[in-house]
Amino acid sequence: MPPCLSFAPLLLWPLPADASAHGPAVDRQLILNLALALALLTLAHGLLLGGLLLRRRATTGSVWRLEYLPLAALTVLFAGLAIRSEQLWARTHTTGADPAAMQVEVTGMQFAWYFRYPGPDATFGRTRPELVAPAEANPVGLDPADPHGHDDLVTAELVLPSGRPVDLRLRAQDVIHGFAVPELRLKQNAVPGQTIHIHFTPTTPGTYAILCTQLCGTGHFRMNANLRIVAPAEFNTWLATRQAAARQETTP
Amino acid sequence: MKPSLTPRAGTTARRPLLARLLTTDHHHLGIAYLLLALVSVVIGTTLSLHMRIHLTWPQVPLERILPGSYLPIVTIHGTIMLFFVLTTAPQSGFGNLVLPAQLGTRRMALPLINALGFWITALALLVLCASSLTEAGAPLSGWTAYPPLSAVASAGPGQGPGMDLWLLSIALFGIGATLSAINTLVTILRGRCTGMTWDRMPLTVWGWFTAALLSLLAFSVLLAAITLLLCDRHLGTSFFVPTGDLVNGVLHGAGGHGDGSPLLWLHLFWFFGHPEVYIAILPGMGLTSMLLANFARRRVFAYGTMVATTLLIGLLGILVWGHHMFVAGLSPFAISAFSISTVAIAVPASAKVLSWLATVWRSHPRYTTPMLFALGFVSLFITGGLTGPILAQPMLDQYLHNTYFVVAHFHLIMAMAGIFGVFAATYYWFPLITARDGRPGPLLAEKLGRWHFWCTFLGAYATFLPMHLAGLAGQPRHYSQLTGIPNHAGELMARLYPLNSFITHAALFLAASQLLFLANLVRTLRHGAPAADNPWDATTLEWHPDLLPGAPEQEGSAPIAVYRAPCFYLGDEGETFLPQWQSDATDAANQE
Repeated sequence: MPPCLSFAPLLLWPLPADASAHGPAVDRQLILNLALALALLTLAHGLLLGGLLLRRRATTGSVWRLEYLPLAALTVLFAGLAIRSEQLWARTHTTGADPAAMQVEVTGMQFAWYFRYPGPDATFGRTRPELVAPAEANPVGLDPADPHGHDDLVTAELVLPSGRPVDLRLRAQDVIHGFAVPELRLKQNAVPGQTIHIHFTPTTPGTYAILCTQLCGTGHFRMNANLRIVAPAEFNTWLATRQAAARQETTP
Repeated sequence: MKPSLTPRAGTTARRPLLARLLTTDHHHLGIAYLLLALVSVVIGTTLSLHMRIHLTWPQVPLERILPGSYLPIVTIHGTIMLFFVLTTAPQSGFGNLVLPAQLGTRRMALPLINALGFWITALALLVLCASSLTEAGAPLSGWTAYPPLSAVASAGPGQGPGMDLWLLSIALFGIGATLSAINTLVTILRGRCTGMTWDRMPLTVWGWFTAALLSLLAFSVLLAAITLLLCDRHLGTSFFVPTGDLVNGVLHGAGGHGDGSPLLWLHLFWFFGHPEVYIAILPGMGLTSMLLANFARRRVFAYGTMVATTLLIGLLGILVWGHHMFVAGLSPFAISAFSISTVAIAVPASAKVLSWLATVWRSHPRYTTPMLFALGFVSLFITGGLTGPILAQPMLDQYLHNTYFVVAHFHLIMAMAGIFGVFAATYYWFPLITARDGRPGPLLAEKLGRWHFWCTFLGAYATFLPMHLAGLAGQPRHYSQLTGIPNHAGELMARLYPLNSFITHAALFLAASQLLFLANLVRTLRHGAPAADNPWDATTLEWHPDLLPGAPEQEGSAPIAVYRAPCFYLGDEGETFLPQWQSDATDAANQE
């Protein structure tokens, strides 16, 4: 294939793989919408071209037949799409996370993502912005005075077990960042001064890109991290290893 | 007769340079606005090519030609195109050139305010250019300037004095636009000639009217938001900066000034920002309606519905700002409401498309260059509009937000359709733009115009259609490079490089096609022969011989009056027509 046409596969199926429980429903709604848009695009251009090519008629047709009836049909169509979309939205966003969901905190800063697991006590320790010191391995500003923080694990990649609901709490340290994982069909801004929860269930194991999708400064394009979705057993091993390593660092 | 402060349109009597510069003549101001937009569009296009070339061939040392890096260029490109091209040319440029005549008056209602509006706009452009001349360069926070990135000088290069100048520029532009909107509204309310009832106004006037209403509402909110942001930057307030905001090692908002919210800016900005994009497109919609009817030689199909949908689009336009904030952290219930109000806009927009289709249906129209651009407007409006209801669904937006799918959507429906409206207006009204002493100027060359249309039409689709694919594949906006990105994201971006390379080639073709327009402009201005009095067989008053710029105001001549709605064409082929100003009595006399 000549290099100028090497994007041809994108024409057939541009969407990246699906790795979350809600992803297939989003894809179905998206494909339905794209198909309808394409059909209306063809129809409208067909009518435009056809109307231009046909012989002239001195009078136009009735306003009911040409304007109000088609408009009513389009209104019903758009209303149907909106209802379907609202149902999908309500199912995933108007309920809280599963109480058994795994808690992870995500912190965005110019220009990196950090992830914090609460440790065996299942409680996040206090953080304070004046304690933030990336060079001293404390990028999120953990307060040593809070015992809950002693077992917190801070990582530069997000590792999640497949099949278990996740409750992410998004924070931003400096400016607004956009937490986005195309394969999870997920995007949510992290806003300074707020903690925003999103929840989802990862399904397909693999390595995916976590991007920043809200313009955040010069290094915006390189602000990303890896998301690894792994089998539950592998996740437990990873967590235990990392926590043991972290304990060794703090108790020499 | 008392000497008037307001000279008649297009008087070309030799006057001292200063007096000519300080003109309150709306014809001269209209040309000045168009020249300002022309300079701006050249800068804005150059910047967009700079971005495309940098993405495709990062090794080309562009910074030697044009200083600054990618994000400041994105910022100035967006600002200059949206404000100084798409707002000034259709609303202020052609508004000044054509609006009074279309109402049947020789004067603007508030000529001094109108002139002041222009000079403040010109000053705003100078200040915007100055923002890129500061030591650290132009700001990099995009035309939306989200805080804290825009509120804190340490957030990036250009966020210091560059950002202050940018805010000052936009504030000045807002003041200029507000003054100009007041003049437009008063002129439409008070300046209509005898017989020009609301239901006889050309749809262009309805477009300018609705856009002026929106300007008045939207820019005042923007001015308030900019004032608050400048207070945050310099007076120690915290409207938009939360407590304990740590930017680049500097702790902000910890001095007990209170806990601000970045989301407040998003609300205020988009309350302005969404109506703003309608301000850019409404005059083009009105013009398209009129041109289709003119060249199809028919009435505007469903005129009353067209007026109603114009106003409805304006009204809904101020109720949908939240759809820019689906992933910003709003309540899911607020998001549902904004989603529904946004999908609702598809209804009046569809009504407009249906009416355009019905107007040209089996009309065998005349394919003049302005008609081609009006048809191109319809095509681009349909293509760009159909992705609107997709992005209006929060579940889909949470995948597509800030990807190239959005870039494709607004470039097709706002930038391309908007600029097609400007081109249609330029080709259609060129004899009026160049008119002197009551005589119309030349028409732009038709053959070159048709080449310009087809190349631009092809280039617009070739550039912006593939961006939908890039967005569906997950390509985010505002990324200054696609190669050399670490981690798994590097693979994702590398996969998109070939498609982006194609888009760059198409963009270069699209920009190069505009040289045809510039060539046409130069050739016509140097060699063009004057056009006939009413070269397009138009029915609207701007073609009335007594209303041409610089036409002498003869005392005792019959006052200008309007006898019917526009676009009155008769006969099987629409071969005879009655302009709005021709009375039935003279018509009857002619027939006898």
